[in-house]
Amino acid sequence: MNSLILRTATPLLSGLMLLFSIYVLLRGHNEPGGGFIGGLIGASAFAIYAIAEGLAAARRAIVVPPITIAGTGLLLAALSGVASILFGDAFLTGQWWFPSFAPDMKYASTVVLFDVGVYLVVVGAIAGIAFALEERE
Amino acid sequence: MSDTTAWLVVWPVAVPLIGAALAIALWTRPQAQSAIGMIAIALQFVSGLALLAHVWANGPVAMAMGGWPAPFGIAFAADTLGAGLTVVASAVAMGILVYGLGDTDVEHRRAGVIPLLLALMMGVAGAFLTADVFNLYVWFEVTLISSFGLMVLGGRREQLDGAVKYAFLNLLATTLLLIAIALLYGMTGTLSMADLSGKVAALPADAPIETVALLFLVALGMKAALFPLHFWLPAAYHTPLPTVSAIFAALLTKIGVYSLMRVFMIVFPDTADIAREAMIWTAVATMIVGALGALAETDIRRVISFTVVSGVGVMIGGLAIGTELALLGTTFYVIHSIVVSAALFMAAGMVARAGGGTRIADLAGLYKGAPFLAVAFLISGLSLAGVPPLAGFWPKVYLVQAGLAAGEYAIVAGVLVSGFLTLMLMGRVFAIVFWRAAPEDAPQTGSDGGMVLKGALGAMAALTFLIGIYSAPVAELSGRAAAELLAPDAYIEAVLAGPPQTAATTPGTPEVQP
Repeated sequence: MNSLILRTATPLLSGLMLLFSIYVLLRGHNEPGGGFIGGLIGASAFAIYAIAEGLAAARRAIVVPPITIAGTGLLLAALSGVASILFGDAFLTGQWWFPSFAPDMKYASTVVLFDVGVYLVVVGAIAGIAFALEERE
Repeated sequence: MSDTTAWLVVWPVAVPLIGAALAIALWTRPQAQSAIGMIAIALQFVSGLALLAHVWANGPVAMAMGGWPAPFGIAFAADTLGAGLTVVASAVAMGILVYGLGDTDVEHRRAGVIPLLLALMMGVAGAFLTADVFNLYVWFEVTLISSFGLMVLGGRREQLDGAVKYAFLNLLATTLLLIAIALLYGMTGTLSMADLSGKVAALPADAPIETVALLFLVALGMKAALFPLHFWLPAAYHTPLPTVSAIFAALLTKIGVYSLMRVFMIVFPDTADIAREAMIWTAVATMIVGALGALAETDIRRVISFTVVSGVGVMIGGLAIGTELALLGTTFYVIHSIVVSAALFMAAGMVARAGGGTRIADLAGLYKGAPFLAVAFLISGLSLAGVPPLAGFWPKVYLVQAGLAAGEYAIVAGVLVSGFLTLMLMGRVFAIVFWRAAPEDAPQTGSDGGMVLKGALGAMAALTFLIGIYSAPVAELSGRAAAELLAPDAYIEAVLAGPPQTAATTPGTPEVQP
């Protein structure tokens, strides 16, 4: 689309959207938000970039093919479930880690990894669909 | 570690999930995907075997996802039936995958055959191993979505036509299933099959349990292709790639049959007489309509599609009789049917290669160019018809015995008549396609697809032959499965006992440690 306003605003806007999508993803751990909604926001960032700058530029911006991102996310989600075997728990049991050297972080967990996996699946799948639709036009 | 047994139940589902994820991540590298596909299905088979060995030695096992015990969390459980079918399904899937590597070209693999196939196998294993009715619905959706993708691979016009019918009717069936599950949940407040077992029996007499049971029969019957809801199957199964037809025919109707067995034996064991009565007559009608439909068809793949329908009738006939011997026969028939349906669709794909089409009238004299194919087709066809000593013979013997003992003569007659019709039509197809002298100008490509396809088909035909010759282990397995279905106490106990170890911390509410 050849719109000066859109093309001027897009670099700033899509960058902000990506940052916000990661914020929503991490916020979703204990508050409203999460991997799915974060992933949608992240995918919108790439979609708007593709509309403003063209498909080729968007594909360069996302670096790897969207489907690879989705596959990696699915793998991450699956492995976060399998990780509990190392601790003698059932499949998909959340594993929590409380690092003593970083009290401000409080804890890390495999649950976050699962959510990051969901985020990547949604970003990859939705961006892939958006690119494919853009290609048709 | 005390809960390695719990992991045994998960691996047949988790392995194809990880394989599918890897294959999607390597989307642009078909070679790597093929290797991942083979390894994942082989590992699924091995994990299934380990699970079956454990169940065989120790009885049903269960696990709770994330450590949330049933009936609140989602439990997976394996008894002899679920574990045994997982093993057979993944064994046949291995053969079909090998066949697929010879049958599909790089273009198909670029379009995602391997990830879709792995997702399908994940769904199938999930359906066989879940102990939760809503989770069962989710696995149906998983198989459905991946089967849509597989069905349209190649993108020919008739494929899209078949896929639309398939998609619409199957979505209707899953919607009905969801409604049935919702009604059941509304009445009992639980979704765990083990918990439902006791709660349904304790419902007041005026609870509409018959209605819900009938709704389950309609929804799962549509999945299993029971008459009069069978028509989507022959309308769709002849259109996709032969590999895809083979795996659909081998597995998709079987998860419908399995779910009917599971739901009617565990959730509605003593209730739902009307549904059982309906089951008897639909089973008989399915057997006969399937066989007659196959007789009327002129396309070899449609003929085989109709025989799949007829076989579903035989399986449900055994379930409707409901005695131990009948359930043994049904389980045996499911195992036999998984193998033989795959073999016949593989053979049909090779017939199309060798003879240049699938219209029976256009095919002739293939025996000369493809004797191996002819023999494999004959063995599979005769096994399907139930000719001794092949695998299809034994379950029919058990079912006829059980039918006579229980006084269900309609089912006995249905099994015998449909077997006779199947023999007739398989003989006819064989005589026309392989024996009839080819006219001078017949389009003979002569190639039946090379060693890979032959090897896969040969393995399936050999399997149906071996199951026939050494039927005792399969009969013993089926007998154990039938006994467990009739007395599901161990299964219910395993599910409701929760995970073997108690989690030290409650998931989701981590204490912040100093």
